[in-house]
Amino acid sequence: MVYGAGVDVGSTQTKAVILDEDANIVGRALTDTGANVIEAAENAYRMALAESGISEDEVGYVIGTGYGRYRVTFGDAQVTEISCHGRGAVHLFPDTRTVVDMGGQDTKAISVTPDGEISDFCMNDKCAAGTGRFLGAAAAALDIPLDDLGPVSLAGTRPIKISTTCTVFAESEVLAWIGKGKKIEDILWGVHQSIATRSVGLMRRVGIEDEITFTGGVSRNVGMVRALEERLGRKLNISDDCHYMGAVGAAMFALDNIGAGRVPVAGG
Amino acid sequence: MSIEEMNDGLVGRGNREGAALFREWFAELHETAHRGGPAAYVFVMGSMNEILKTFDLPVVFPEISSLQTAVRHSAHELLEVAEDHGYSPDICGYVKADVAVQIRGGKHPMGDLPRPALSVLTNACNTYIKWAEIWERMYGTPMVTIDIPGTREGGGQTWSGNGDFEADRRYVEVQIRELIGTCEEVTGTRFDIDRFRETLGHANTMTRSWKRLLELNAARPSVFNALTDGTVYLGVANGFRGTEAGARYFERLVEEMEYKVANGIGQSIEEKYRLIFVGVPCYPIFRRFNELFTDWGGTFVSSTYLWFASGGFNRGFEYDLDDPIASMAEGSLISVRDGMDSMFHQDRVAMDMIEELGVDGVVYHPIKSCRTVSTGLADGRRHLTEQTGISSLFIESDMMDRRVVSEAQMKNRIDAFFEGLASRRKPALAGREG
Repeated sequence: MVYGAGVDVGSTQTKAVILDEDANIVGRALTDTGANVIEAAENAYRMALAESGISEDEVGYVIGTGYGRYRVTFGDAQVTEISCHGRGAVHLFPDTRTVVDMGGQDTKAISVTPDGEISDFCMNDKCAAGTGRFLGAAAAALDIPLDDLGPVSLAGTRPIKISTTCTVFAESEVLAWIGKGKKIEDILWGVHQSIATRSVGLMRRVGIEDEITFTGGVSRNVGMVRALEERLGRKLNISDDCHYMGAVGAAMFALDNIGAGRVPVAGG
Repeated sequence: MSIEEMNDGLVGRGNREGAALFREWFAELHETAHRGGPAAYVFVMGSMNEILKTFDLPVVFPEISSLQTAVRHSAHELLEVAEDHGYSPDICGYVKADVAVQIRGGKHPMGDLPRPALSVLTNACNTYIKWAEIWERMYGTPMVTIDIPGTREGGGQTWSGNGDFEADRRYVEVQIRELIGTCEEVTGTRFDIDRFRETLGHANTMTRSWKRLLELNAARPSVFNALTDGTVYLGVANGFRGTEAGARYFERLVEEMEYKVANGIGQSIEEKYRLIFVGVPCYPIFRRFNELFTDWGGTFVSSTYLWFASGGFNRGFEYDLDDPIASMAEGSLISVRDGMDSMFHQDRVAMDMIEELGVDGVVYHPIKSCRTVSTGLADGRRHLTEQTGISSLFIESDMMDRRVVSEAQMKNRIDAFFEGLASRRKPALAGREG
């Protein structure tokens, strides 16, 4: 058995996935990226290998993806996370035609063909409004854990309209609403709706076609899932592996290259 | 033996001679500044350089001198100077760089620039008018605005013989005669109609060569890079419009490119993907921006910039030397309207290029500084995709302001674009090794 691996070095977290020849996930791992990108990639890969119970020698090809893809020093090739999220989404949800990937510092809308090729994509511009960072700013302002944002927001009934498009100013706007006595859940529901509105705008640029798969770290946030589904008027494909989708796609490309007889370069 | 030695220095000659002409041009401006002689400030869309050269007026194209500050990595300092004087971060970077150069007494990285004795502009860009008003307030510079009637119906131009066209042509002719009068006042020289015919003749040579140049890049491999080489050609086309040096330059450039086509000599990289560029280049990282594409084997075979910034040379209109002023009005009407339409309907220009040049992908580069060229590009891109199915890339930055140029984000999008192009050419393999 030969395995393929994908390592997705994101701005916030690094993910690694090992796939067997039949493209089943046999190992996955996640760690904070931190300041040492190379170490984060190595750690995630080692942890995924440990979970899969296979040795490094059994992995035939490794592809690095994400902003730190060129720092995956043990990788054999690099592919952008745009291509990887598209490929991964079609692998896990074969009827996917639109992917919305929400990560730490960017949000991507990706249009894919039935075989996982990218037909178009669009990303937020050079600011982090409408991304995970925007949620992080709100969490910091309200002093509640990031993982609690979604569940708390679901209790909101009268969403506050967040008007700023700047992540930095979002924090002060949230504080201003608290000062006016608004409920935290209503403020948070407003924050989620604000991000959903911006994300759907990106998706419209590439064209929204069923099925839609939600990937990236923010896909774990139940509040964001609900905000997007309400805005889109349809259900999204979600799974626990959506957080790992970039690494899954990278590992799929690695299997392609193994199948095509591509030999890893020296040192790979 | 190098390739250049093998072909008597023909290959690469256009860029060498273009650079030399640029140095000559700015040396003349430097000398004029220190002599206190008159100079005209003009713009690429409707420069009226044929008239100004008849009076031997040195010309400053502030769009070109401003972009030079970005290419030479000094634009950011100039933008800050202008912003310290109250100019908004959101307005045209070309304007702010020029304002800062004026505030600094004409000091420019390529030499000192003379003050404007006269500014000549058209309504092709709203900013031209407000820009010239700044010089008017700073120095009392007389400004001559040539009002060019735009295309009357979406995408459909009228031509000679049509009633509307003839009325518009007469309207422009009257304004050109007023410009001639102003030039006589500024220079103290009488207008010489025979000299004017000469400049028009040189412009005719240049327009013929320009059209031929664009056609020659249909060759496989393409013979020049529309983004990098093309910017040199545009500089000469504008600065030396209507001059013997300009005419000679383009005849020799066509000779070089015909030689390259005949001998199958392409650009300096192996051409894997033929691209066209829509918008204005990213001058703060000019070379690097191009490398982000050439690293993947992407070559720019044409651009809408080569249309709307060429002063209408792409249309191939040739002046009638027997009726020079009326013909100048006709040519100005056609070329400036075409420049405006090329900006607003860039999808139509791109669509023609895709077929004629065998293009694999289209790169859209809207810029923060210029809403005039950037507005509507997203819609235009969607329309182009629906009509042709061609792959396209949409990346936003600026032509002057490095604060909004994020190379890492740009590279990510460009890499994904090429991954998509590669996957359509199966059995391409995934990823870049190393």
